[in-house]
This record gives sequence, C-alpha cells and structure tokens, in this order.
Amino acid sequence: MVEGKRLNLPLSAGDVAGLRAGDMILLNGKIVTGRDRVHKYLVEQKPKKEDLPFDLAGTVLYHCGPVMKKTESGYQVIAAGPTTSMRVEMYEADVIRQYGLGGVMGKGGMGEKTRKALQEAGSVYLQTIGGAAVYLADRIVKTIDSWKLEDFGTTEAMWIFEVKDFPAIVTMDSHGNSTHREIEAASFQKFTELIHMK
Amino acid sequence: MLKLLHGIVELYKKVATSLPPDVEDAIKSAFPLETEGSTAASSLSVILENIKRARETSRPICQDTGVPVFYVKVPFGLSQNELKQTILEATREATQLVPLRPNAVDIISEKNSGDNTGEGFPIIYFEETPSGSLVIDLMLKGGGCENAGQTYKLPLEELCAQRNLDGVRTCVLDAIQKAQGRGCPPYIVGVGIGAAKDQVSRLAKEQLIRKLNDANKIDELARIENQLLTEINELGIGTMGLGGRKTALGVKVGVNHRHPASYFVEVSVGCWAMRRGRLIW
Repeated sequence: MVEGKRLNLPLSAGDVAGLRAGDMILLNGKIVTGRDRVHKYLVEQKPKKEDLPFDLAGTVLYHCGPVMKKTESGYQVIAAGPTTSMRVEMYEADVIRQYGLGGVMGKGGMGEKTRKALQEAGSVYLQTIGGAAVYLADRIVKTIDSWKLEDFGTTEAMWIFEVKDFPAIVTMDSHGNSTHREIEAASFQKFTELIHMK
Repeated sequence: MLKLLHGIVELYKKVATSLPPDVEDAIKSAFPLETEGSTAASSLSVILENIKRARETSRPICQDTGVPVFYVKVPFGLSQNELKQTILEATREATQLVPLRPNAVDIISEKNSGDNTGEGFPIIYFEETPSGSLVIDLMLKGGGCENAGQTYKLPLEELCAQRNLDGVRTCVLDAIQKAQGRGCPPYIVGVGIGAAKDQVSRLAKEQLIRKLNDANKIDELARIENQLLTEINELGIGTMGLGGRKTALGVKVGVNHRHPASYFVEVSVGCWAMRRGRLIW
C-alpha cells in the first residue's frame, strides 16, 4: 500500500540524523500517545522519568486521542488517527528536551519553537494521515499499557501501543528542514498574487 | 418515539462509519490528479483504503467523531422537546454502540461526560416544515477542522477586503491559507454572509450539508463558489497540507440580508471526512 523505510523503535541518534524531510517511513515497535492534557501535565508537573510507566527516550510520541473499547481482555483500539499537533506547540519543545523523544507524530506540522528543539535535541516531526483512523488502528498490533487513564479518560490518557509498519512522513527533520514551512511560504506567495489580482 | 430512537442510533452509525457517495467520489477523482509516488498520492491512497475498511468493518472513519450537529425539520404538531429528549437518548446509545469517542467536556470541571451529551451538546437546530415528514440531517463535525474556521468583519483594511463578494473571496482564501494542513484537507468549505456573527456561523456550517454537486441557485454565488474552488486549489496546500493539486473538494456559499453597518463573513472548514447523512421519518 504505502512504501517506506522500515524503522525500529526506539530510534537511535543515527536513525534520527539519517532522516530527511520528505522521507516516507514505516514505524515498528513501541510508541506512546499524548495530546493536550498529557503535554500540559508533563510540562507543569514535571514527573520524573522513573514515575512514567515507560521510558520515552528514543520513542515516538503520537498526538492521538483514540476510540478505545473496553473488553474482557483489556482495551481494544477501534480508531486511532492523528490530532492537530499545533495545539501542543507551547509545550512540545520542553517535552522533547526533557524526555529525549526520538520523534513526535501528528498532523499539520508544528511551529518554530518545536523546529528548533528538534534540531538541538536531535529529534523529528512525523506527519501521519489525518482521518485515516481505521487504517492506522489496524497497524497497532497491541495495547501494552496506559497512564493517567483514570484522571484523563480514554481520549486524553497516554497509551502505550506496539505498532507494525505504521506509516508516516518525515516533515520536520533534525537538520532544521520543515516541509510545512515551505508549503506555507509558497501558498502565502500564491495567496498574495490572488488577492491583488482583480 | 422508540422506533425513531433506533432510527437516530442507526443514523449515527451510518454517518460515523461511511462517507457520503458524493464526497467519496470527489476524493476518488482527486487521486489520479496527483503525481505518482508523491506524498499527496500516498496520503490519498491511504484515505481511500481507510474509507473502504471503515465501511466494511463498521468502525468510525475518524477517531474524532466530532460534535454531532442536528438540523431537524419538524412537521406541525410534533413536540420539539420530545424530539430533543429522543436525540439525547439516541446519542447516549450510539456512543456505546458505534462506538463514538466521548467528546463532551465540562468547561469548569474539565470532566468528560462520557456519553456525548451535556450543556448544548449535541448541537440541535429545529425548524418547522410545511411538509408531513420529519427530516433529520446529522453532521459529525471534527474538532481539527472546526478550529480552522474564521470569522471576518468587513471592511478589513489589512487584507484590502471591501464589502462585496470580492472581499468575501479574500476572506475565504485567507482562512484556507491560514488553515494549511491542520484541518485535514482536501477541505469542503462553507461560507456564510450576513448581519450578525451568530447568524453567519450557523449559515456557514449549514452549507456543509449541501451535496457537492448542488449548484447555488443564485448565479453570482454559483460563480464565486466555482472561482473559489479553483483558487483554493491553486494555493497548492494539498492533501494533509504537504503540497498537491487538491486543497478543496467544494465551496458552498449562503447569504442572509445584512444590516447597513455590518457585513460578517464566516468560513467554516470541513475536513475530507465530511460525515453527514439524512433520516426521513
């Protein structure tokens, strides 16, 4: 379906440095989810690494609030596409530096603060396909654990998933390149031409 | 009302798990326009596969099953209060059954109600109809694309937007340029023009219920809908904002009379997963 370079998690510094904006990749291994409330908590409460259920170093933090179904054998993932990453822009740079993430993944790209943190800390931003929630849920092979499920609920909790060939596109690399910044500049140029054209 | 309750639960299921044929066809025809091997082509192929898998396995197309928005046309004599209670009950059942993601969060306590009901949640608009049938339109509007919407008050000096359709055109292009890929393009864009903010917000969103091939009855508006569709695509934002030829699948404009002093324009952005459906009772 989608071709890409297979990568195993956690990512090494070499893996991250080898990625360039525009590369299509397939993730394999353990990822964690986190959206608005997880980010706010990590930055404001600064929990110690050992207080988290899982070592975040080198892993990918996925901006996702999945639809989960409680079954007798535990939680099952029903739908799990990305949410808009820009909402956590004010927190993400701190989270990347503090926990040594290999990457963050979501949709729509992130801003300058995150772009600089990715460059300094050696991390990448991955875009996956918004709305493709069933396709992506089928690439999550196992729900391993959760964190803050009681406090934040199923949408906002941190889920630890094992993924197999989970597709994403590197759109912000550790060398300062951002596909989003390029597309935004080009579309702004076109916009200016269009509104001055009568 | 019990049968109607089941009907509304089924409507939820259909709307959450299958895309309307006009939207799916528009996405299918966008695919060959993109360069083979491009991120736009790959993303569209995943999107098409996702639509198919969601329908086959009866799962929600997108994990964000949105804010449910109901447009209800009520025949004379039916109680709106009873209809509202039935919709609320159906919402609770559908949340469990489909399942829908619980999305209703209390502003003060930050607690999620867990069943998609709460103050003003779902959104329900009633209107009496001279017809004998009850008509219920349901749209599941995701948060990402809702956040990409904008309200404008014309004239707007920084954009040189005057109080005319050309000024409206500038607003729509500005809103999409600002949205970039954050609301899941290719978009369906609803525009409302009129006298007051609350009025144009509702009007713009209501345009998203229109089928993509529904041409505007007012010639001037039909023309600007087509022009805007072409121009939005020229912006090159593309599928998921990574570049490409299709940034929008449709643009729909609705107008109300305005006050001499006011000229409001609302742009409501709908993601490619434009989930809407109708129940006629």
